[in-house]
Amino acid sequence: MSETRFTKDHEWIKIEGKIGTVGITQFAQSQLGDIVFVEVPAAGKAVKSGGEAAVVESVKAASEVYSPVSGTVKEGNAALPDAPETVNQDPEGAGWFFKIEMSDAKELEGLMDKAAYDKYLAELA
Amino acid sequence: MTIPTTASGNRGLQLEQGLIFEQNTPGMSGVDLPAVPKVADRLGDMKSTKNIGLPGMSEPDVVRHYTRLSQKNYSIDSGFYPLGSCTMKHNPRLNEKMARLPGFADIHPFQPVSTIQGALELIDTCAHWLKTLTGMTAVAMSPAAGAHGELCGLMCIKSAHEANGQGHRKTILVPESAHGTNPATAALCGYAVESIPANAEGRVDVAALRAHLRPEIAAVMITNPNTCGLFERDCIAIAEAVHEAGAYFYMDGANYNAIVARLRIADLGVDAMHINLHKTFSTPHGGGGPGAGPTVLSAKLAPFAPVPMVIKVGEGFDVEEHAGHGTATQSYGRMKGYHGQFGVFVRAVSYMMAMGGDGLKQASGDAVLNANYLLARLSEELTPAFEGPCMHEAVFDDRFLKGTGVTTLDIAKALIDEGVHPPTMYFPLVVHGALLMEPTETESKATLDGFIASLLHLARKAKSGTAEAEFKAAPMLSPRRRLDETKAARKPILRWLPSSDSNGTRQAAE
Repeated sequence: MSETRFTKDHEWIKIEGKIGTVGITQFAQSQLGDIVFVEVPAAGKAVKSGGEAAVVESVKAASEVYSPVSGTVKEGNAALPDAPETVNQDPEGAGWFFKIEMSDAKELEGLMDKAAYDKYLAELA
Repeated sequence: MTIPTTASGNRGLQLEQGLIFEQNTPGMSGVDLPAVPKVADRLGDMKSTKNIGLPGMSEPDVVRHYTRLSQKNYSIDSGFYPLGSCTMKHNPRLNEKMARLPGFADIHPFQPVSTIQGALELIDTCAHWLKTLTGMTAVAMSPAAGAHGELCGLMCIKSAHEANGQGHRKTILVPESAHGTNPATAALCGYAVESIPANAEGRVDVAALRAHLRPEIAAVMITNPNTCGLFERDCIAIAEAVHEAGAYFYMDGANYNAIVARLRIADLGVDAMHINLHKTFSTPHGGGGPGAGPTVLSAKLAPFAPVPMVIKVGEGFDVEEHAGHGTATQSYGRMKGYHGQFGVFVRAVSYMMAMGGDGLKQASGDAVLNANYLLARLSEELTPAFEGPCMHEAVFDDRFLKGTGVTTLDIAKALIDEGVHPPTMYFPLVVHGALLMEPTETESKATLDGFIASLLHLARKAKSGTAEAEFKAAPMLSPRRRLDETKAARKPILRWLPSSDSNGTRQAAE
């Protein structure tokens, strides 16, 4: 049983047990435009909730991807650096950035569910 | 009317020009040298064994090649260049004449100090006026660019913290709207970076800044006027809060040209600020550089300034070359070979002398006036990102394009067809679809009116709802049409390689 949560910075995290898979949302990729460079964290890197974890660069801008939760990176998506366009094509699937082992499941309570994130997007428009 | 296709590929007097290697005629040469006499060489197995692949060409073809390339260049000498945050202003020819004086141009940094007293006096004069204009205690002249000056400032701050037992301070606060070089500089110095949000007015949120201040904060870096073209009115309150927390206040002086001779930086409580001579003091910028980023320092940071330092000794000048000696006992060391960008100092001093204090004051005033003229006139069709007047840069967002299908990028490309270098796009990041334009004080009202007419025309055309396809096709009149920027970034071709074709006349790029 998995569930997906969202941040105000437009990251998503899909939770399966203690492991979360993190990426950027459809909205984030549409705002960035064509993505040309991605840097994913190495396994073993400790990250904090809200801390910089990855880098994404489009023809318009370079941005940080923040980790929605604290924990230890289990795996970066090794396919992305050579195919950054995957983030445009499938941001909430094959375009995931990294998997993280969460250290505090309670942090998830501060994140939005799909309905709340959609409402947040509607307010931004 | 459609543009005709030509057999030559030329478009009227816009001449097509291939890479020089593609024009290779093996054996062709512009010079006729006698055969080299056979003598023993000492190269041994280091001797080259194959042709190094220089193209064979005649002299007239070489001259045409480079002349045609130069004609494809768009520069401040050929037209309006409102690139925001870059300050592309006129480089007075007097500066160039001074820089070419033999006493400045034909000296060598290894010459004995006694033979270059005039050059040292010039560096000291430049330093004197930078200190006088800013009210700061010291200036490090050697940084070679704005970002290098930032690095100088942060290295002084780091040295000061370490000297005062505050080496545990590991974090720098930077506003969201900062120049990208600020967090990069902090990271290069080994600091973590935290970003401070802007308020709705596009300025630093002082309450948020205070909330971030704590014992591990080493410094705060703030650009003023900021990247949104706005003056940070709370600078003094920010400086007081920063100092109370035991941190230093770095001001990014990239936009100093908007306030030079209007206020003294020292009065804002600044501890360090770099000055882009290539922005504020009219020395060449971009490919025409090099730049120079002298960094002014407060009394607290002055002892840590890098060497070399020109010092006055009796009636003459000397150079303190070594950290740990003489007047540089606490200096953090050297960050640049020789004395800095000396040729740029000559140009900057020439500009300061020609302008005088009243001229510099008028320059910053006119820069702000010109930007506000653009802001006011363009607001007829475009949407300003912030309420109220701006400083030396006007920033618009893309609300005026909503629903048209036309984007900020399309407007920029269409401006190329109008014969104007596009403004900065999509920066600052805090403004959606930003167009950031900096007219500078050196443009006449007539030039600005021409630009305004072009941009209003494009905005009306975009809003008409009938020109989306035309915008997507822009630029149509330039030597090259719209380039595939995505592919250029994802799969860049950075190097020309010959094909395996042995006759060498037809080459392929990788």
